[in-house]
Order: sequence, then C-alpha cells, then structure tokens
Amino acid sequence: MEKADTVLDVTQLEVRFRIEEGDLPAVNGVDFSLRRGSTLALVGESGCGKSVTSLAIMRLINPPGRIAGGSIRIQPSGRDTIDITALSEKDDLLYSVRCGMIGMIFQEPMTALSPVHTIGNQICEAILLHCNVNEKTAQERAIAMLDNVGISNAAQRMRQYPHELSGGLRQRVVIAMALAAEPEILIADEPTTALDVTIQAQILQLLKELQQKTGVSILFITHDLGVVAQVADDVAVMYMGRIAEYGPVRNVLKNPRHPYTRALLQSLPALHRRGERLASIPGRVPSLANVPEGCSFHPRCQYAEQKLCDIPPAPQLQQAAEEHSTACLRWQDVFAEKTQ
Amino acid sequence: MTQPTETAPLLEIKTLTKHFPVYRQGLVRREIGRVRAVDNVSFNLYPGETLGLVGESGCGKTTTGRTILRALTPSSGEVWFNSADTRTNLAGLESKQLKPLRRQMQMIFQDPFSSLNPRMTIGDIVGEPLRIHRMARGAVLRAQVAEMLHRVGLNPEHASRYPHAFSGGQRQRVGIARALVMRPQLVIADEAVSALDVSVQAQIINLLEELQTEFNLTLLFIAHDISVVRHMCDRIAVMYAGKIVELAKTDELFENPCHPYTRLLLSAVPLPDPDKKMHFPAKGQVVDLSRLPTGCAFHPRCIHCKENCRTYTPDLYDHEGRQVACHLYAEQDQF
Repeated sequence: MEKADTVLDVTQLEVRFRIEEGDLPAVNGVDFSLRRGSTLALVGESGCGKSVTSLAIMRLINPPGRIAGGSIRIQPSGRDTIDITALSEKDDLLYSVRCGMIGMIFQEPMTALSPVHTIGNQICEAILLHCNVNEKTAQERAIAMLDNVGISNAAQRMRQYPHELSGGLRQRVVIAMALAAEPEILIADEPTTALDVTIQAQILQLLKELQQKTGVSILFITHDLGVVAQVADDVAVMYMGRIAEYGPVRNVLKNPRHPYTRALLQSLPALHRRGERLASIPGRVPSLANVPEGCSFHPRCQYAEQKLCDIPPAPQLQQAAEEHSTACLRWQDVFAEKTQ
Repeated sequence: MTQPTETAPLLEIKTLTKHFPVYRQGLVRREIGRVRAVDNVSFNLYPGETLGLVGESGCGKTTTGRTILRALTPSSGEVWFNSADTRTNLAGLESKQLKPLRRQMQMIFQDPFSSLNPRMTIGDIVGEPLRIHRMARGAVLRAQVAEMLHRVGLNPEHASRYPHAFSGGQRQRVGIARALVMRPQLVIADEAVSALDVSVQAQIINLLEELQTEFNLTLLFIAHDISVVRHMCDRIAVMYAGKIVELAKTDELFENPCHPYTRLLLSAVPLPDPDKKMHFPAKGQVVDLSRLPTGCAFHPRCIHCKENCRTYTPDLYDHEGRQVACHLYAEQDQF
C-alpha cells in the first residue's frame, strides 16, 4: 500500500507476555498500514493477537506483557510522524495520542461506561479534556454528538445512566465518546459482537456514515468474516500472532491465497448447503508456548509439505497479486489448484 | 433428517406460557407487572427432525426450551411428550413423576465454561446422569463413559482430567457426551455452538449432525446465528417478544420470508461476500418484554404497520403451508 496516504503504519510489531509457561509471542512480527479514510479489518480466531495488536497501538500493554520490538507510527494530518513505541509513559504526546488522535470502541459497552455517571457527564468529560472549551459548549457539543450517532431525545438521554439504555444505545454512546475528540483513527475492537444482528447492522451502518462524514480511518477488529465483508476496504487475517494474508477485502475473501483463510471461509455455514458437511479445520490452535516451527499453521494445513513448511524461519508475507500478500510458501500450488 | 409428514409428533406444545411476575420492592410484595417471556406458544416437534428456534436476545427462546424440559414450571399450557407407547403432559407432572422421563430429554448448554462443574473430572461429569438414574455402575458405567467420550472425539484416557484442562471446543464435546450418554430421544441445544470460534464451531456442528443420524435424535436447536440455524434445521420458528411470529420449512423461510420481522432479521445478516451488501434496517430496538406495546409487539418497528396492528394482536395464520402471525396474512382481507 502506498505510504503517502497512510495514517497508521505498523512494522514488525512484537508483543510478548512473560508468564510461567515462558515468554509468549502474542504478536510476532506484524506489518500493516491503515490508509487514510479507509477501514482495515484485523480478523482471526480467539487468541490470534488481534486485540493485543490494538492495545499495543494505544500503548495499553501492561506487565507481564511488553512491546518487544517493531514500530507503530501514526501520521496525523499536518503534523510530524509519531512513533508510538518510542514515547515515554509520561510524554504529553502519548497523552494526546491516546485521548485525541486515536479513539477506541470496545466490545462490551457496559464495561466501557461508568455505571455511576450519567451519559452526559461521561461525554462532556471527554470533550472537556480534549478540546479547550467551557462546560456549556461541551454540553452542547455532547448533545450534538449523541444526535450524530442516532440517539433521539439527546438532551434527555444526557441525564440517564448506562443501565437505563439498551445494548445498542450504549454502544452508540461509546462511539460518540470515542469520536468526541475528533480522532483521526478509530479502533473498533469487536464493537458489534455483543449485539443482536439487527442492532449490529444499525451500528455498522452508523460507523460507515460517520466515516463518510468525518473521514476517520477505522481499524476494525473482529472474528466475523461476514462483518469484514460488509465494512472493510482491506483485511489482514491473523493466525497465532502473525498475519497470514493481507490485501483488499474483495481479493482476500473471493480469492484467498492462504490455506488458513480458505479453511476459515469454508467452515462458515453460510456458504454451505443444508445438511452438507462443513469443512472444519482439523485440530485446534496450538498453545503460544509451543509455536510450531516454520509456518505456525502447518500442523493443521492440508497443503503442508514436509521439509518446506515445518522448517524455520516462519514464512514472511510475499506478494501474491497486486496489493495482495500471503505468508504461505505454497500459495502458488494452492491457488493453481483452485482455478482448475 | 426426515421431513415431518404423517408421523405422530414426539412433542406437542400447546399454548405454552411462562410469565415472570415483577414485584415492587419493599415490605409488602405486590405484583406490579409481568415479563411475558413465553406467551401462547404452540408447535409440534416430529421424531428425527431439527427445529430451529431463532430470535434476538430476550425474545424468550431459552425460556421456551427450559419450560419444555420443566427446568421451569410453565404458567399455563400443555407439553405432550409421546414416547414409545405413552403420552404424557410434562406441564402437569410433579418433579418425582418427571424423573423417569428426564432420561429421554436432555439439554446442551451454551457456555462450555460455566456448564461443567470445575471440581468434577470429565469422566464423572459424563457418568453422573447414568448414576443418578441408576442405569449403570462400576465397570459398566466406566465403559459406557469411555465409549461416549470416544464417540464425541475425546480421548477416553482423559476421563480423569478436570474441565480446565480442555479447550472450549473440547468442553462442548463433554457437554454433548453428557447429554447423549443416556441415549435420549429429545435434545434441546441452547446456543450450543455460539461461544465457539468458527473453525471449532464447524467441527461441533458436524459432530451434532453425525450423532443425530446415529442416535435418531430429535433436536430443538435454539440459536441467534441465522446461518448456523439455516444449515442445521429442517424447520425454523422465528420468535419475537415471547411469541412465534413465523414457522416454516427452512428453504421456504429463506426463499420467501413472510413476516416483516423475519425479513428484517434475514436482511441484517452480514454475508461473507463483499459483493452482497446487506440491507441496513433503519431504526428500532429489541423489545422490552415487561413493557410490551399493545397489539402486535412488532408494530413500532414494522414498515407495514396499519391501524389494526396497534390494537389487535395477530393470531398465527396458516399461509401457503406455513404459519405467520401477521395481520397481512389474515384470512379476511382486512387490508
């Protein structure tokens, strides 16, 4: 992807957790870039490192975890590039990255909101911290924000507590808070996973509209390939702390060039006829304490070749098509077989 | 996976209702409202079929399942269970009378982490139903447990391990083994695959389908994931606000959803194909069961809402071989 219009650039990011079982590589050399105004989806099963990646971008990795290598650069418009990994914990810049340049939406809106403060107080707090305005303006702006995310009777809602709202409304409040400081990047970590499907559709639609209106770039973390297809421009498929495949969403989902992506798609019930056996992936994700040598997917891969896939080093992303890369050593064979 | 035709139903549910009273807090307990979790639900379940029960959270699908099994006592209604030669109304039985019937109906739960006792080994967990019903003991019990564990894809040698040593998918296999070890006729699977990652979910779905054929199980499959239900089920009942709003064969339901709520629900499912964009529903939120609107509970969200819908609750009408609870399909053409 062109560097010129990227707003977030992650290179060789490594996050490790030192625990009893060893020094576990939760994120193990991840590269991606988020183009300005676009949506990049990080997709993968639980434990693949997608949430840890997003926390690393916010510098929210706490011991026993640490960022062990690589860089995370953000490029705010009209300002110099900032390497987030290089900032000290006390740096004012880190503060403005966390509370101004990047907004974050979490999976469970109830835990992201304070149960003892009104919605209005919580949004106003965000606005007062970020923007140099007085309380009255903050109030007005908060009402406008709630209005913006599709909450009716915003002025009345300001006085309510989170428990008085439904799950969908709570998530709208969280989105309003995340966007209160007009961030350039929005990290959405499974924002619709806890919601019903009709409400999920509303929230996805809302995010899309807000992106068109404000031009915010979105890093969307999810396990749901259906959601990816609906919201993302680009997608990075993660497996065991590495990116298996990376490219524009249409290429990756329609023409997967990594056996893991293909297997994931084939295990979706939506793509099968009724009663037909689902193509499941044999075995399960190994523990991070024993990452298989070579390609970490090879023990579960139907295309794995001895003395190729099981030999270190772990395969790096290589270009498979324009803007489309895969970490499979045998992608040419796998892909050729598919077109037959 | 047989289609229901002339065969007698295994389970006949007639006007099943479960209301939870809401009490005012304080010294004097006074009922101030009711949560109508299941309201006048009727359907049949035929031997060997899989009936899906879908709907959004809080629509009463789990309560329906639990009330059928008498984990909850119904407020009113009948649940007729037809086993080999006897016909019993589960809703009217005392818990002692229920015990011999319980071995014929089992449940698989959603959360493989909270549904297994962490202080019991998986061998004890799977063997417990056999012990309670005095169906086996000693070496016979151990052999049956080992066979069942093997059948669901677990290593019988691991019977002495505790649940924490297993992954989510493996725990769900333990839950399935526990439900099937007594060879029940009826299994209610309540969101049995919802908590699993997609690759593991596919393994469990395949396993359930194999076991269904092998043991000739009748499944009531409760889920919110439409694509899983579409894959698994012969017929689907869509629930909204404690009522069944549409009941049809799976293919017919997907080809031609009749109830406006079914249409809304199906259109909101994100497909894993970037060229098939979903239609985003405009407004509305999941209904609050303690403050139901008058008339059809769906009318505030419905694009076809007419004056009638605000005042009269629609019955379940027969319409082209299916049942729909919507005034649009009333026999007398009121619209």
